[in-house]
Amino acid sequence: MNALEIKNLNVSIEGQSILKDFSLTIPKGEVHALMGPNGTGKSTLAKVMAGHEDYEVESGSITLDGENILGEEPDAIAHAGLFLAFQYPLEIPGVSIANFIRAARAARCPEGESINAVEFYKELYEKMDALKMDRKFTARSLNAGFSGGEKKRCEILQMSMLDPAYCVMDETDSGLDIDALKTVSEGVNLMRGPERGFLVITHYQRLLDYIVPDVVHVMFDGRIVHSGSAELARELEAKGYDWVKEAFTATI
Amino acid sequence: MSNTEVHDDAINVDTEKGNFSYPEDYAYDAGVGLSEDTIRYISDVKKEADWIREFRLRALEIFNKKAMPTNWASKDLENIHFDKIRYYLSKGQQPSRTWDEVPDDVKETFERLGIPEQERKFLAGVEAQFDSEAAYSRMKEDLEKEGVIFVGSSEGLEKYPEIFKPFFGKVIPSTDNKFAALNSATFSGGSFIYVPKGVKLKQPLQAYFRINAENFGQFERTLIIADEDSEITYMEGCTAPKFETATLHSAVVELVALKNAKIQYITVQNWSSNVFNLVTKRGMADEGAEVKWIDCNIGSRLTMKYPGVVLKGRGARGEVLSIALANNGQHQDTGAKMIHLADDTTSNIISKSISIGEGRSTYRGQVHMPKHLKNCKNNTECDALLINTHSRTDTYPAITTRGQNNTVQHEASVSKVSAEQIFYMMQRGLSEGEAMSLAVNGFVNELLKEFPMEYSVELKRLIDMEMEGSVG
Repeated sequence: MNALEIKNLNVSIEGQSILKDFSLTIPKGEVHALMGPNGTGKSTLAKVMAGHEDYEVESGSITLDGENILGEEPDAIAHAGLFLAFQYPLEIPGVSIANFIRAARAARCPEGESINAVEFYKELYEKMDALKMDRKFTARSLNAGFSGGEKKRCEILQMSMLDPAYCVMDETDSGLDIDALKTVSEGVNLMRGPERGFLVITHYQRLLDYIVPDVVHVMFDGRIVHSGSAELARELEAKGYDWVKEAFTATI
Repeated sequence: MSNTEVHDDAINVDTEKGNFSYPEDYAYDAGVGLSEDTIRYISDVKKEADWIREFRLRALEIFNKKAMPTNWASKDLENIHFDKIRYYLSKGQQPSRTWDEVPDDVKETFERLGIPEQERKFLAGVEAQFDSEAAYSRMKEDLEKEGVIFVGSSEGLEKYPEIFKPFFGKVIPSTDNKFAALNSATFSGGSFIYVPKGVKLKQPLQAYFRINAENFGQFERTLIIADEDSEITYMEGCTAPKFETATLHSAVVELVALKNAKIQYITVQNWSSNVFNLVTKRGMADEGAEVKWIDCNIGSRLTMKYPGVVLKGRGARGEVLSIALANNGQHQDTGAKMIHLADDTTSNIISKSISIGEGRSTYRGQVHMPKHLKNCKNNTECDALLINTHSRTDTYPAITTRGQNNTVQHEASVSKVSAEQIFYMMQRGLSEGEAMSLAVNGFVNELLKEFPMEYSVELKRLIDMEMEGSVG
């Protein structure tokens, strides 16, 4: 199936259960938003999908277009087509943005092929212009001394340069002012299409005004407790998460 | 892979490029162990003048008297067994002037290391030393016409004593330290270079030092004299095969930059992990002259090396830029010495060390500015990068500044490549080895820009090999 599928995923860290029988399917071409209060396991899910090894996967499966990625190394998962835009992008001193993206591209090159530098820079500059990033940024060390907004733009730049089949965006809106939020959203919207699936993780509805999702999921206590249309996000914004907690706690 | 550490096996030593050897028939072999007879044997083979023989024998006495510096340096030095080492091995021939004349097996060795190719591409002259003596030595003809001398140590002392003898053993006397004494007693090979007044070499001269034999000690001796207003860049590279037993490399390099001359000395050391690399390097800078050491230590079991500059004339400048990479089982004990002896002298030290796994890096710096001097400046920066929690790094700066208007600036930093940084880079599709390699390249990047292009490319390649060698 052409989808990102998570089935009955159970994950814990240091003996504490975080994801509980979590299931989610994102068909290619759709944008799904995952919302929920802090501490319900949203970021854990993102990291587990990307192959972070601090977490203990007890059971379940994650597949990209039917191919298992659970238990694979992070680079193998990236090659399989999954991109994670980090909530807190790491600083890599001395490594320029251009060189970093080029190295990531080179890692995807088939044996014996190399990157055409002229074409690479042309594409890089076009995408930077679209994200309203100063071209001088290419020479700056990756994320070193960047503002919150600059880091997030840089994540979206990488995402667009690496052309993944599935994008997971972890709290991309945190630390963004309204202008940056618009620019970043435009960048993401340009990438939307039938060949790509998105999982947009966010705490606030604000981002979803600009990246309008096909489906909104509400997560609580390690699982999805409610799913609906984009309208659901606005409802959540108006009513807060307390009603979700109440409704969910009432069912158990 | 645990939570906080990165794989050890991803970053194992890789010095495979140089890890091969051919069986050789040596015409001259001083045998195993060190005595006055060994020294006389070497002197006889080289048909040396009496004063050189005397110089060697005196140095042997000094070597025997001096204690091993284990009071401040690594105890690993005790594992050098001087009585089990072979001190002189050669085929008894003069260095060839064309690669065609070099014996096939030796030529193949240097071809595998890429030396003839580099010579064609960007060098003004090459000397290739195989164990104790040079197998090949050649310099472009136009330089010869300008009076540049580029020969081995024996030829230099024999043919041009009036040029070399006044400075030989003067910048680094035999009494300097135990290993300088050992070299003074047993030296063979190396480069003796003289650049006449006003001659500026546009391309570098290069020497390549290759150890082929087991249980062997290589003791090359280099002396570069840049006469007034001249300029020279000299580069040296070194490799050896990986033997089970320890190999010893103990060189002495003396540089003399006369008034307004410039010497740049570049080393890329990639010894295999069984080599004790104990080298003394020092330059003397006269009025307005500049001595710059660019020193890269990638391989070896233990390297002890502290290139220095004696700033003897007014306005002299000294610089040491160094990169050391200590992988599992290696100890890079490196640093710099700046001895200010005149007014208006400036010195700059930038040291970057990378420690991986059980690897250990030590920085030792000495900056000396006596009381009577004015307007001297020193800048020292030493940065250490640790990869995984077992790594160890130590910094021992010794700065003595007296006098007025003298300024010293010292900055040091220690940073780590975290598991989260590696995860971030791997999420972008880089392998673990590529991710570490990129982090290391980023750490040394600013410094690499100071290097001649050919060498920064080579160094990046070596770092990549070192980091990625055995991933899988």
